[in-house]
Amino acid sequence: MSNTAISVTDLSKKYGERMAVSHATFEVPLGTICGFVGPNGSGKTTTMRMLLGLITPTGGTGEILGESIKHPEKYLPRVGAMIEGPAFYPALSGKENLNYLANLGGFSTDRVQHLLEQVGLGDRAKSKYKTYSLGMKQRLGIAAALLPNPKLLMLDEPTNGLDPEGIQEVRALLRSLANDGTSVFVSSHLLSELELISDYLVMLRKGEVVFTGKMTNLMLSQQPVIIAKGESDDDLVALLSIAEIAGHRAVIRDGAVHVEGPASWAVDFNRAAFDAGITLSQLTPQLPNLEETFFEMTGEK
Amino acid sequence: MWNIVFSEIRKLRRPTLFLGTMGAVVFFSALFSSLLFLLIDSPQGNSDRGRVVTREVLSLATGGVQGFSSVGGFLGIIALCVFAAQTAQEYTYGTLRNILVRQPGRLRVLAGKFIAMGFFALVMIVLSAIISVSASVILAPRAKVSSDLWFGADGRHALLTTFINIIISVIGFGTIGMVLGLLLRSPISAISFGVLWLLIVENLLIAVKNSLEDWMPGAQLAAIASGGAPRGIGTGIEYSHALTVGGLYVALGAVVASILFVRRDVSN
Repeated sequence: MSNTAISVTDLSKKYGERMAVSHATFEVPLGTICGFVGPNGSGKTTTMRMLLGLITPTGGTGEILGESIKHPEKYLPRVGAMIEGPAFYPALSGKENLNYLANLGGFSTDRVQHLLEQVGLGDRAKSKYKTYSLGMKQRLGIAAALLPNPKLLMLDEPTNGLDPEGIQEVRALLRSLANDGTSVFVSSHLLSELELISDYLVMLRKGEVVFTGKMTNLMLSQQPVIIAKGESDDDLVALLSIAEIAGHRAVIRDGAVHVEGPASWAVDFNRAAFDAGITLSQLTPQLPNLEETFFEMTGEK
Repeated sequence: MWNIVFSEIRKLRRPTLFLGTMGAVVFFSALFSSLLFLLIDSPQGNSDRGRVVTREVLSLATGGVQGFSSVGGFLGIIALCVFAAQTAQEYTYGTLRNILVRQPGRLRVLAGKFIAMGFFALVMIVLSAIISVSASVILAPRAKVSSDLWFGADGRHALLTTFINIIISVIGFGTIGMVLGLLLRSPISAISFGVLWLLIVENLLIAVKNSLEDWMPGAQLAAIASGGAPRGIGTGIEYSHALTVGGLYVALGAVVASILFVRRDVSN
């Protein structure tokens, strides 16, 4: 049995002359939470749609839970998904919508009420979907994705429209599902959230995979940064020049100097600043976070 | 496939859709049948497009189902709207992707939806038959129409034949609605196009060139509902012709729409 939840090789989708996804190759191990990131229009949703059999790839191959994506009927009963936001019948209640999907997939409707309670919609189960707030719709979408008791959960921007408490609940839910052995493939623009929960990461840029692997590997591969500030903004240019003379790349960003270099150089930097008559008000060695890495790798911002 | 049928029925039985549609069926079935008897002496006629259906005709074995037969075309229009809306709304609501993730067999999805809507149409037809025939039975004495022959073997045969013809016609109209829903992917566009074509465009074309009546899809399905014109009288569409041409239109549309549905990317 395959130990990957998702495995794609050279997966491509072309619309006219535009390559929406170009030769994407990546793997998502079983039982992990894999973040799927990329700027708007980078091909995340198109890739997810191909994996779910909603659109036909122009080229390449893929496997979900060991089955070819050419035969979605073989793996979809074990996959839960919410793609491009929740979509339900407005005139039916949340519960009726889930019962409809449970009937459709041949699942028991016994789990419906439990799932509604799990996502915090227990008391609004009988309200019509059209009366739900954006956050409630999102929660219903997540409940629908959980209907088949999935081995693989694919969620496209599941935290859209959720308040901070809701985001925290989704994070905890995904973590608990992963702990129980469910593989989670989740796209989100909230990179700080993904950084907190993801074990793996697939990063897309203009339809191409620019990184795939363990989150820790990505973060460790990044050049550490020393962030320094003087007592006044006038010191920034002088600090920049000290770093550059020492052979380090540096930029002024957000009212501080960001210097690429090992944490150990912070001592030398402090001494050089002192010799130049600058008293530092901040000197922080740190690894870039996912957001900074994302911008670095995708060339955004 | 029965999973799909039952889940679709769950959707179709919601009160606004089910009671609203059945309410319209009751109202129009009662109206069409009542006018046949209440306006029997009217010089403007008592049937659709000013036709006169006399006491002698209504006293025949087929008289009891004249009203039911007249309302058949209208039931077809309702079926077209329901089938078109229920199909196209999957695109506008974005629910098609949910359906196909849960049921990736696209032809099975289409067939299941069709069967469920067919059941819905059948309930409409049965209700219409009950209301139409009941209204006829109640109003016949008042209009001095004899109903003796309605309850004989010929009368029962007429009822069964009309019932089957209306089922064929209504399912044909519904299939056209489903095809339009799949092609246009918008309930408003599909219903507007279908209803405008059937009620206005076809009639205009037939008015301009009478022989076109033999080739218009709506005219064929309406002819099936009414049992067609008697063979060899020269006016009206014969039943066998309507069944062949109408069947070809419906089959062709269904094949094209099915191929599109199976092959088309679901990207909304």
